[in-house]
Amino acid sequence: MRYIEPHGHMVSRTTDDYIDMVTAGCAAVCEPAFWAGFDRSSVDGFSDYFRQLTEYEPARAAKYGLPHYCWLCINPKESEDVALATDVISIIPEFLKKPTVLGIGEIGLNKNSRNEMKVLEMHIDLAARHDQMILVHTPHLEDKLKGTRLILDVLKADSRIRPERVLIDHVEEHTVRMVLDRGHWAGMTLYPISKCTPARAVDILDQHGSERLWMNSACDWGESVPLAIPRTALEMRRRGWTAEAVDQVVYQNPVRFLSQNPRFQLR
Amino acid sequence: MTRQQVLDLYFMDARCKLIELAAFLDRVDRGSGEADFRLSAFKEAMRHLADGEPKRAEAVLLSFSDPTVDPIAKAPGKGAVGAWPGAAQ
Repeated sequence: MRYIEPHGHMVSRTTDDYIDMVTAGCAAVCEPAFWAGFDRSSVDGFSDYFRQLTEYEPARAAKYGLPHYCWLCINPKESEDVALATDVISIIPEFLKKPTVLGIGEIGLNKNSRNEMKVLEMHIDLAARHDQMILVHTPHLEDKLKGTRLILDVLKADSRIRPERVLIDHVEEHTVRMVLDRGHWAGMTLYPISKCTPARAVDILDQHGSERLWMNSACDWGESVPLAIPRTALEMRRRGWTAEAVDQVVYQNPVRFLSQNPRFQLR
Repeated sequence: MTRQQVLDLYFMDARCKLIELAAFLDRVDRGSGEADFRLSAFKEAMRHLADGEPKRAEAVLLSFSDPTVDPIAKAPGKGAVGAWPGAAQ
């Protein structure tokens, strides 16, 4: 089989994970900027991180023939400090020139605070001014429903944003419909405990169709499985999905969304 | 899939999770001290399992969710705990 990993935090993973992913059929990996597990103390920390995402990590993946792309932002977990966020957002345009940058992400909300909302609006404005696609993180657990609604309203309020160029990630049963109804793409994250299990992800596909949905492992430094997509593909096959229908979800759909940026190329 | 196929594929897994859930509640009962809002939220969410309505997974998720609509003044931290404390207040 072949698949795209459209959301993996590979800076947190070992080279062995790259080898396993390529062995399992991974044809490209996309890495959104995220929280490092601790707050960075200055804009310089982000500058180094963006260099890692745009220079070092693509080279590490290329050793195994795997195209590596990224999205840039300051993660909502660090958005409470608006002054720092403003500084970080000011350096992003220079990195947008890098050939593997696909857009702005993963932006969004974490605890649904006013400052997080301000920084979200700043990111959306940045994306609009630079004609960038957007990848959105929705909050965790009890905060997801409210955060998803707030994010959808902020996106709708900016007339420059084309819904089909925005993917809202980490949807679950209670948020997927509202995302699709607004014309966005939706991403399901396959986690062992929080977010979606493989069985629930296939349930969501069965109930909502696979037109604008993708799956990702969002593998990072927490409990997560880099091979979650091929394992979910196996779940689909066990439930009678044809190889072509599986391929549409795990390969063709992410290619269709990501190819809206001509930089996204498969070797 | 037929219901028979669903049972063949998932019954043992669901049975295992149901027993884990029962054991968790037993463990909480054996514990000492007061439980926080998560236990009552959990028991409230469990009601959806037996109500016979469709979309139980969605109902459970909604049951654990913050239903308010306005942004909060300041993030109290970074983490989430899985249930909305406001429901108990």
